[in-house]
Amino acid sequence: MDKHGPAVSRLVLLKHKASRRTDWAVVIATAVPAAFLGLFFFYPLGSILERGLTQDGGLDFPSDVFFSHETAQIVWFTVWQAVVSTVLTLLAGMPLAWATARVRFRGRGLTRALVVVPFVLPTVVVATAFLTLLPTGLQRGVVPILLAHVFFNIAIVVRVVGGYWSRLDPRLWDAAATLGASPARRFRELTLPALRPALSAAAALTFLFCFTSFGVVVILGGPTRLTLEAAIYDEAARAFDLRAAAALALIQLAAVAAIVTVSSRLEARAGLVAPLTSEQAAAHSPSHRERVALVASLFGGALLLGAPLAALAWRSIETPDGIGLTFYRALGRETPALLVPPWHAILNSLGYAAAATLIALTIGGLAASVIARRSAGWLDTAVMLPLGASAVMLGYGFVIGFDTAPLDFRGSFWIVPVVQSLVAAPFVVRLLAPALRAVDPRLREAAAVLGAPPARVRREIDLPLALRPLGVAAGLAFAIALGEFGATVFLARSDHPTLPVAIFRFLGRPGAENQGVAAALCVMLMAVTTAAVLATERLAARHGAL
Amino acid sequence: MLSLVDLGVSFDGTRALAGASLDLQTGETLALLGPSGCGKTTLLRVVAGLQPPASGRVMLDGDDLAATPPHLRRIGLMFQENVLFPHKNVAGNVAFGLRMAGTSRGETAERVRELLELVGLPNAAGRTVQTLSGGEQQRVALARALAPAPRVLLLDEPLGSLDGPLRERLLDDLRTLFDRLGLTVLYVTHDVGEAFAIGHRVAVMKAGRVVQAGTPDELWTGPADSWVARFLGIRNVFTENDRCVVIRPEAVRVVAGSAARVVAAERRGAVVWLRLHTEDGRELESATTATDHPVPGATVGIEIDPAGVVEVPLED
Repeated sequence: MDKHGPAVSRLVLLKHKASRRTDWAVVIATAVPAAFLGLFFFYPLGSILERGLTQDGGLDFPSDVFFSHETAQIVWFTVWQAVVSTVLTLLAGMPLAWATARVRFRGRGLTRALVVVPFVLPTVVVATAFLTLLPTGLQRGVVPILLAHVFFNIAIVVRVVGGYWSRLDPRLWDAAATLGASPARRFRELTLPALRPALSAAAALTFLFCFTSFGVVVILGGPTRLTLEAAIYDEAARAFDLRAAAALALIQLAAVAAIVTVSSRLEARAGLVAPLTSEQAAAHSPSHRERVALVASLFGGALLLGAPLAALAWRSIETPDGIGLTFYRALGRETPALLVPPWHAILNSLGYAAAATLIALTIGGLAASVIARRSAGWLDTAVMLPLGASAVMLGYGFVIGFDTAPLDFRGSFWIVPVVQSLVAAPFVVRLLAPALRAVDPRLREAAAVLGAPPARVRREIDLPLALRPLGVAAGLAFAIALGEFGATVFLARSDHPTLPVAIFRFLGRPGAENQGVAAALCVMLMAVTTAAVLATERLAARHGAL
Repeated sequence: MLSLVDLGVSFDGTRALAGASLDLQTGETLALLGPSGCGKTTLLRVVAGLQPPASGRVMLDGDDLAATPPHLRRIGLMFQENVLFPHKNVAGNVAFGLRMAGTSRGETAERVRELLELVGLPNAAGRTVQTLSGGEQQRVALARALAPAPRVLLLDEPLGSLDGPLRERLLDDLRTLFDRLGLTVLYVTHDVGEAFAIGHRVAVMKAGRVVQAGTPDELWTGPADSWVARFLGIRNVFTENDRCVVIRPEAVRVVAGSAARVVAAERRGAVVWLRLHTEDGRELESATTATDHPVPGATVGIEIDPAGVVEVPLED
C-alpha cells in the first residue's frame, strides 16, 4: 500500500495531465465551428424570432399575418408546387437512374457526372435558361417553375436512387423471373419495395429543396406565384415590412422542421431489405429491348437537361443585328442596371466564392475532424442545419442581426462569404468526415511511435490522406458559393454585386438588350461552375468517392 | 533495462491486462507468447505509450515512462501488417522517424540507404508501397522502425500475415539482424515455434498475466503448470486427483512389445510423431527421429525416460 499508493496517485495525476494536453486540439476543433455556427446561424435565426414575436419590448404574436388570406394562399402554393415538383422529378429521374445503375454502356460514368452539373448550377442561371427556352405565353407561371425544379433535382434521384439501385443483387430478379413474374410484376413487387429507402430519401431531399425554392420562383413565378421563401424576400426587401417577413419566416422555420422530422421518420421505417452486392456484378449488357429503353432515357435526359442550357447559350449570342458577341462586349460598359460595369460582378463572385470556400473548408474541416474521431452527434446536426434552413432566412437574419454595434458587419466584405460558407459547409463535412474516418488509426500510432507529436501527426498523416476529398470538397464548396443567391441578394452591396445578383438585376429590367446581357452573364457563370464541378468529378472518380 | 511492473488495463469492464510483469535485459530478444486475446498486443501498446495503463509502471533505464508521450519514448513498434504510410514511397517511410528527430537531409539519405541494404531491399527506395509484396512491406516496416535507433524494438506478430517459406526466411533474417545490431527486442507471437526460434527467452502470457518466463529449454523441460505444458504443444499431460504429470514426447520410446497400439504416425520435418493408444485407455504421444518407425495399426511396447517426466501444478 505504502509502495503503491503514491505511485498510483501520481500516475492518475499524470494521466489526467496527459489527457488534458491532447484534448486542447479537440477543444479548439470543436469550439471554432460551434462558435461560428452560434454567431452566424443561431444568432441571426434568433434575431428573426425576436423581430417576429415582439414589439416595443413586449410579446406580440403577429396573428394578423399568420391567419391572413394571403398567407394561406402562399402556404398552399408552396406545398402543392413542392409536391408536384417532387413527383415529376421522381418520374423523370427514374429512367436515368435505371440506365446508370443497371445497364453497362459506354459513357455511363460521363452520364453520371453530367447529371450533377444542373444541380450545382446557380438558380438564377436555370431560371434564365427556362425564360429563354419557353414561348412568351408560358414564360412565367407554374409550368416553368415545375420544369426548373425537375431540371435541378433530377441529379438527386439519379445519384441517390441510382447509387442504391446499382448495388441491389440482380439474382433476386432472376429468381422472380424463374418463378413466373413478368417484368411489370417484378418492377412493382420487387424493384419499387427494394428501392423504397432510396426513393424516400431522394423524395424528401427534393421536396425540401422545392419547398424552399427561391431564385427560380422569384424569376419565373411572377407577382402572384409566391413560395414562402419568395414572400419573405418580398416583404423584407421590397415592402420593407420586417415584421411580416419575420412572421412568414417563422412559418417557414416550423415547416422545414416538420419536413425534416417526418422524412427522417419515413426513412427510419425500413422497406424491403434487399441483398446488396458490388456495383460491378449488378450491371449487365443491355438486351435489345433494354437498348431501346436506354436510348430513350438518355435522349430524354439530354433533351430535358441540355435544351434550356443550349437556349441560354444561343440567347447570349443572338443579337438584334444577327449572331455576335455584342452582349459579351456590353459586360465591359457602364449600365443603368448596376452601379459598376457588369464584368466587376465576375471578379466579385470569384473573390467571394474563394473566401467562402476557405471558410467552409476551415469550419467544415475542423468539424469533420471532430465528427470522424468521436461520436459528436450534436455537432454533426448543427453543421447540417443550415442546409435545411433556407438561404433567404439566413440572409434576412444577417440583415436584422448584424446591423447594430457591436455586431455591425453589414458593410464588411466578409459578410457575403460567411453566409455562403454556411450553405457550403454541410457538403464539406459530408465529404471529409468519411474520408478521415477511413484513415487507419494505426497509421497515426505508427507516426507517433516514430517520434511525431500530435500536431505533426495531423499534418503528416491526416492532411495528406484527406487531400483528395479535400480537393473535391473545395470544388463543390466553390460551385455552391458561386451560385448562392437567396442569402447573397440581401447582403451584397449595390456597388459589389455577385454574378447571380447582377443577372437578377438585368432580368428585372425590360428590353432585349438587358435579357441578352443577363444570358451572357449566365453563360460565364455556368462555365465557371461547370469547370469547378467537372474538376471535382475527375478528382472524385480517381478517388472513388462521392 | 525495460521493466514492466504489475500492469493493468481494462476495456469496458473486461481485464485485458491483470497485473502483468516482465523484465528485459539489454541486447536480449524476448518472445512474448500467448493465445490470441491474452493481452499481448495491449501490453505492447502500453509499453509504446499508445495505451495508458490503469495501474502499474513501465520503467525504461530506470525512468518511469508514465508521463512520456509515445513520440518522446524512443521505442520502436512494428505492426502485424500493412501499416506503411500509403502516401509516401519506401524511402519516405524509412526517413519518417529520422525527419521527426531533426536529422539532416544528407545524413537521412545515408541512413535510409544503409537500412534498406540491411533489410535486403537495396534498390527499393523509390518504389511506392503499394507495389511491394507482403514480405517486402514488412522489411520496409522494419527498416522504418529501426531508423530512429529506438532503445527498445517492439514487434506485434510481424510475420502473422505471411505464409510458409517466406515466413521462415524472414524469421531467420530477423534473428540474425537482432543479434548483429545487439537490439533489445520484445517480440509478440502466438506461435510456439516462432517464439522458440527467435527468443533468447520466452515469456508465456495467459489472461492478462505473464505466467512463466525462461529460455526455450527451461520452458520445455519445466513448464510452470499444466496449461503452459499444453500450450507449448505437449499432449501427454495427465491429471489424477490434484496431481498433474507431464511426459515430454521425446521421452516416450517405442520398443517391441504389446502395451499400446499405434493410431497415427505423422512426419513433421525430421521428427515423426506417433499417437499411441495404451492398454489402459490413455492417449500417449511419442516423438522419434527414426525412419523405421512403426506404422498405424502396429502393436508396440513403451519405455519412458524418467528424465522426461515432471510433476507440475494444475492450472488455476
